[in-house]
This record gives sequence, C-alpha cells and structure tokens, in this order.
Amino acid sequence: MKKKFKLQDLDCANCAAKMEDAIKHLDGVNDASVSFMTQKMMVDAVDEKFDEIMKKVVEVCAKVEPDCKIMM
Amino acid sequence: MTDKQKKVLIRIIITSVLFLGLMIGTHSGMMSSLENTWYMFAICLVPYMIIGYDIVWKAARNIRNGQVFDENFLMMIATFGAFGVGEYTEAVAVMLFYQVGELFQGYAVGKSRQSITAMMDICPEYANIEEDGKLTQVDPDDVEIGTIIVVKPGERIPLDGVVTEGESLIDTAALTGESVPRKAAVGDEIISGCVNGSGTLKVRVTKEFDDCTVSKILELVENASSKKAKVENFITRFARYYTPVVTIGAVILAVVPPLVLGGGWGDWIQRACIFLVISCPCALVISVPLGFFGGIGASSKLGVLVKGSNFLEAVAEMTTIVFDKTGTLTKGEFKVSEIQPQDMTEAQLLELAAYGEGYSNHPIAVSIKDAYTKSLPQETVLDMNRVTDVKEIAGHGLSGLFDGKEFLLGNEKLMREQQISFQVCTTPGTVVYAAYEGEFAGSIVISDTIKDGAKEAIQSMKQVGVKHCVMLTGDRRAAAEPVAAELGIDELHADLLPADKVSQVERLLGLETGTEKLAFVGDGINDAPVLTRADIGIAMGSMGSDAAIEAADVVIMDDDISKIASVVKISRKTLKIVKQNIVFALGVKALVLVLGALGMANMWEAVFADVGVSVITILNSMRALNSEK
Repeated sequence: MKKKFKLQDLDCANCAAKMEDAIKHLDGVNDASVSFMTQKMMVDAVDEKFDEIMKKVVEVCAKVEPDCKIMM
Repeated sequence: MTDKQKKVLIRIIITSVLFLGLMIGTHSGMMSSLENTWYMFAICLVPYMIIGYDIVWKAARNIRNGQVFDENFLMMIATFGAFGVGEYTEAVAVMLFYQVGELFQGYAVGKSRQSITAMMDICPEYANIEEDGKLTQVDPDDVEIGTIIVVKPGERIPLDGVVTEGESLIDTAALTGESVPRKAAVGDEIISGCVNGSGTLKVRVTKEFDDCTVSKILELVENASSKKAKVENFITRFARYYTPVVTIGAVILAVVPPLVLGGGWGDWIQRACIFLVISCPCALVISVPLGFFGGIGASSKLGVLVKGSNFLEAVAEMTTIVFDKTGTLTKGEFKVSEIQPQDMTEAQLLELAAYGEGYSNHPIAVSIKDAYTKSLPQETVLDMNRVTDVKEIAGHGLSGLFDGKEFLLGNEKLMREQQISFQVCTTPGTVVYAAYEGEFAGSIVISDTIKDGAKEAIQSMKQVGVKHCVMLTGDRRAAAEPVAAELGIDELHADLLPADKVSQVERLLGLETGTEKLAFVGDGINDAPVLTRADIGIAMGSMGSDAAIEAADVVIMDDDISKIASVVKISRKTLKIVKQNIVFALGVKALVLVLGALGMANMWEAVFADVGVSVITILNSMRALNSEK
C-alpha cells in the first residue's frame, strides 16, 4: 500500500535524504521517498503491518530530524 | 516568512546590535583590559547563546539520537573550537553569520517552493452541488459519479464530466499551456483543472475525484521529483562521503601537525574548525534537486509533463527522435481535403457523393458523409429514398441511381472502364472520382492532414540539436512518403506492424553512441510497448487519455509537438544551471579548504563557503523555473 503524508518544518535537504534512507531500511517498507521540495513523504509498505510500520517511520524520522512533524 | 523565521530574525537583530557594541568596544580599546580574560568570555557568551542556543541544543539532542555529522553538531564544534582558542568574537560572528545564511536559505527555498506550487495550482478546492434550488459547496472528493455539479463563471472545474446545461468558453491554460479558450456546450466533455469562462455550466460528473485528470496530473508532478537524475544520485552519494571525509580531515589537521611539527595547538584547531564549517554539503543537496524541480515546473507551465528529473536529463541528450505518423504528425482523421467539381458546385458534388456512398460503412464513405452532414443544419438525416439500384463494382467503386439518374463513384479504373473522360487528380491521398448522367462530375480527395505547425516543429527540433528524425507508420509507403517529404523527415519506414515498430526502435537504439538518447513520440494508444522501449517515451496527452499518461515519460498535454523543442531547451538550461552550481559549490569549498589548511582562510570565509554558497546556488537554481520558450 502506498500512502502520502505531508511534512511540517522539514528545513534541511540533507535531513530529507537521511530520513528517506532510514525509512527505506525499515522492515516491510518496499519503497519510500521524502521530498524536500514538496514537503511530502511517500511510504510504500506491506498492507498488513502498515500502521505498525508507520509508527516506526515516525520514530526514525524523529531521530533524524526531531523538528519535522509528519501530518497523519 | 513563517513565525519560526521571524523569531530567528529577531534573534539575529538583537545579536547584531550586541555584536556591534562588542566590536566598537574592542576596537576603541575600551575593553583592552578585558582581552583574553574570563570576563571577555562571559561577555561574548551572551550574544553567542542568544543566537546559537538552538544549534547547541539540537546538536546535543542529535548526538543522543546517534546523528553525529549534522550541521548543528559541526557548527557547535567549530564555534566551541573558536572559544577554546580564545577567538571569542569570531565564535559569535560565525554563529551569527551562519544563522543569517540559514534564514536566507530557508526563505529562498520557501519562496521557490511557493512559486513552483503556485504554478501548478490546479487543484480545485470545492464543487458546487444544487440542492433544493440552493448551491452548497462540498469537497470534490465526496462527489459521486452521475452527480450534477454547477460551475460558475471564473471557477475552476472540480471534476471531469459532461456538460448538461449551459455554454461557456473554458480556459485550459493551466493544463495545456494553450491560451486560446475552448468552447464547451451541452454534450461536450470537460476536464477538471480548467477554469470556466463566462457562462454557468451544469456538469454531470463522469469520474471519481481520484481518477480525474487534475488528480492524475498533480500526482504525476509530485512524484516527478522522486525519479532522480544521474547528477542527483551522484550528489547524494557524494554527500554521504563528503562530510565524514572532511571531518576526519579536520581531526587530522588538529592533531597531527602540532604533534609532528610541535608548537601551539590553537592555530591548528582553528584551521580544523574551518574544515568543519565547510563540511556540510547543503549547497549541493538543496540546489541540485531544486534546479530540476524548477525545470519540471517550467515544462508544466508549457503544458508538458515530465515524469522525472531523469527524463529531463535524458531530453537534454536527445539526438534521435522517432515519430509515429498517424495522430502525431498527422491529425489521424481521414477528411475530405479537396473538392474539385466539374460543371456543378462543390456542394452538389459532395451531396452526390454522400448519397452515393450512403449505404457504405467504408472509412472513405464515412468521411464523405461526415463532410456532407457537417455542411447541413444539425441532425439532418440523409433521405436514402433518393438513391436506388446501388451496385458495388469490386475493386472499382459503385454505380447506382441518384434522383433517378445514373451516377458512378470510384477510382480511375472505374472511370476508364465506363469510358468517361475525366481529369486526373494529382493531390496525394485517396481520390474518389464521380460521374453523373454519363458525364464527369469531379473528384474528391480524402486524406489524413498534416498537423498545423508540424513542419516548423521538426525544423525547430533540428535547430536545438536533434540530428535524426525518423517516421514510422503502418500506412502504405505511397501515402507516407509525401508526408515525410513535406515535413523534412530523414528516415521513413512504412508498412509496419506494431511489432515492427518495436524492432525498428530497438535497431535505432543500437545505433546510439555514448550518451545519445532516443525519443519516441506517439499518441500512446497502440504504441505503449514502443513508448516504454525508447529512452524517452513522449505521448500526446489528448486531454486525459489515461493510456498515454500512464505509458509515457513525457506527456504533451495539448498534442502540440512543437513543444518538444521548447522542452529540450528547458532541459539544457536546467542541466547547465545544475552543473554551474556543482562546479561553483565544490570549487569554492575546495578553495577554502585548501586555504584553510594552509592557514590563509578565516572563519568568515568558511561560513561564506557554507551558507553563502548555498544561497547563491539556490538563487541560480531558481532561474530554471523561469525558462522561456
């Protein structure tokens, strides 16, 4: 399942790249992209565990860039 | 400016004032007694904390989270280093300058993002539904298929649908770049994202919001930045190694020379701090994608959707372009293109031919009938009682009685066989000769017409550096050759089956050398395999043809192939800007690194090499957005 989220206060392009990398390495995530330009995040992950995976996504993002909020 | 940016601005102003006081104090000698004392340190710490507390706080927090090499950390170490070696005012200055740069950078990025999204601001916010004579605004997402919506003058059409009431002119510029408005009347399909002109329209919705043209396009443009160009991937990889390498360099610089050469640590630590300030690759990481984003934005403004930065990059290297004939170079409609009557009016000849072909469903017959009925008032039906005794003469044409008198319709052979003296028509296309009452009545030419401006489009493509134009068609060679000749096509392959088109494109792909790229331009209807096989598949969007939008890499929304040359120009400009930025950013950074290592650069120059360069490259990237045709 693919889902898009808006991001708030994503201030640094390098962090966006780091977030993207971190999300891609999560278990069950097929693909992910964090766009600094559109301030949006796309996560493509397995259907069954999507909510669980999203929790982890929020966790890793908070680690990389604590100021950036994912609008769920 | 956002609230956050405003707060930073206030801090910058306060710190600047304090810093200025500090500078006056030290230079006028008023504070000379304090120099290199703990008092001085304490005095400088105040403006430092005002301007840099968040940086220090973020750095500490990120270290706890295992994120070591980020900007905040590097700035903290660099300024702490400056404090350590007694350069208190420099520490404050560096932090201040860094914040100013960051603020400006954030502002510039925000502005460019805004202007790009504003350009693609085609998303409708609401739909009007009429309930009990009252209009209510609802979310387009909630409107079901079959609902009648009302579009008032000046409003954006929220959903795809068919007009059921009203008449108006529709501005499709946001989608197609076409400035001439389209007419919409009852029965016409209209497309979401366009702006309604002068009249109120009632529209029956035919698609859910998610399937509507506007949603599809928005999704496409938003996803475009996720398909990265080679240059972008290079930068991402580069950034991954750059920071650690420079940081390690800084550590070596701080530790090794003092141990080997002996002497003071202070000078070398300061040089190491310069390294740390320069070690963020932000200028590249921001400006490169921003440049591509701008290029894609500029193309969308023209009505050309480029589905990824990688395709924009490929377009810049395009040297061969392969066209499908029907629907791409020609209009794809067989139409009566010429009527040459003999001893009667054009209308009479057309009437005769239309009635004569009245019973036939052959494409030629259909186009003649279309031409005739179009010249009549709406919904007139042919009175087929006027035609009797129609006989088909296989391979030649027809004979029969029209209003009781004999007629003949067919090719040259028919005329010869019936011994009618006729005038040979030399216009390319399919020619139908007509005779009435045993006399030659004239000829009608049916042909697929070349699109307006197709010739100029091919010329302009050659001007921008496309070396080889190839035309592929399933049509007969005889029909294709005049078209190719008129358009200035270099290579023609006719009589092709769909599979042959793929093998032709594969053969041409094999001829490419180096970074040369091949594009295939088709209408996307039955050439999806070729579109995907080519380096760049360019499809005619035909206003909402899903198949085309899906299969292609580049979609021309209004089917105007002259825009290909414009996109080539945009892509070249974009790449040029991106390369300028890379060279400039890396050049300045390398220079300051070398000067810093040799002790010839100071902190100020280092900060310029970091945020100053970022701001300059961002401003340069913005030029990609403003590409003109």
